[in-house]
Amino acid sequence: MIRVNGKDRILEEGTTLLALLEQEGWQTGRIAVEKNGEIIPKRQYGDTILHSGDVLEVVGFVGGG
Amino acid sequence: MGSAADITFTREELQEALCRRHTPAIQERLNRGRAAIAGLGGLGSNAAFALARIGVGHLHLIDFDRVDLSNLNRQQYFMRHVGMYKTDALKEELLEINPYLDIRTDCVRVSEDNILSLFAEDPIICEAFDVPENKAMLVNGILELFPEKIIVSASGMAGYGRSNDIRTRKITEHFYLCGDEVSGSGPGHGLMAPRVAVCAGHEANLIAQLIIDGCVNIT
Repeated sequence: MIRVNGKDRILEEGTTLLALLEQEGWQTGRIAVEKNGEIIPKRQYGDTILHSGDVLEVVGFVGGG
Repeated sequence: MGSAADITFTREELQEALCRRHTPAIQERLNRGRAAIAGLGGLGSNAAFALARIGVGHLHLIDFDRVDLSNLNRQQYFMRHVGMYKTDALKEELLEINPYLDIRTDCVRVSEDNILSLFAEDPIICEAFDVPENKAMLVNGILELFPEKIIVSASGMAGYGRSNDIRTRKITEHFYLCGDEVSGSGPGHGLMAPRVAVCAGHEANLIAQLIIDGCVNIT
């Protein structure tokens, strides 16, 4: 079980951050991801394996300024 | 226009006026304050005005673009600025408010390749871009390259009304997000002065707090 943006999610063992993001429909060019208080560099999304107890915050940016 | 000949108040007179409003202890911190503003559109120009008015001493303004007539619906420029680089126009305006500010401008497009050199001297960065990919690029770039700096970003301020949906959220110790996080700009959902200014006010107000108090507890 991990927590994504405040909601509990059950994931298969070995799921990567990139797989989760794609599964959830996030556009990786428009987000920042915090895991357990640390920002995950974009180039590490594919290598970051999610573990039970991880707390993720995916921040999505929309246009306008 | 804001030429030196128009300056009718001395540095000391202006300092005294600011101290009368803010108290000397707080003004001293603001005078020493330093922030970069990346993107000088609706968010950036409004945030810069607010920070200049309270006398944040060192401002770094960054944008590659020129003022367009369509910008006047929400950005802090006048007709006389149309066609000028935003960096030049905004610097001119801020110096009319306070000619003693130290204002650095960089008329460049921010990319992953120049973040390291561009923001080296700025402890606080206000992300004020328009395009979501650029927002994400700057936020990720700053947090990866400069773990000690603070980035104040904004997402979701298009349309009108719903003032109270715009909020400031602390994502990490070094990353704050202002906006409603959902109202993107698009056809029929334009960016308008009042709501963009609410969001820019959140960014500037947080930066003021970071400069004055050094830390922020958001409840």
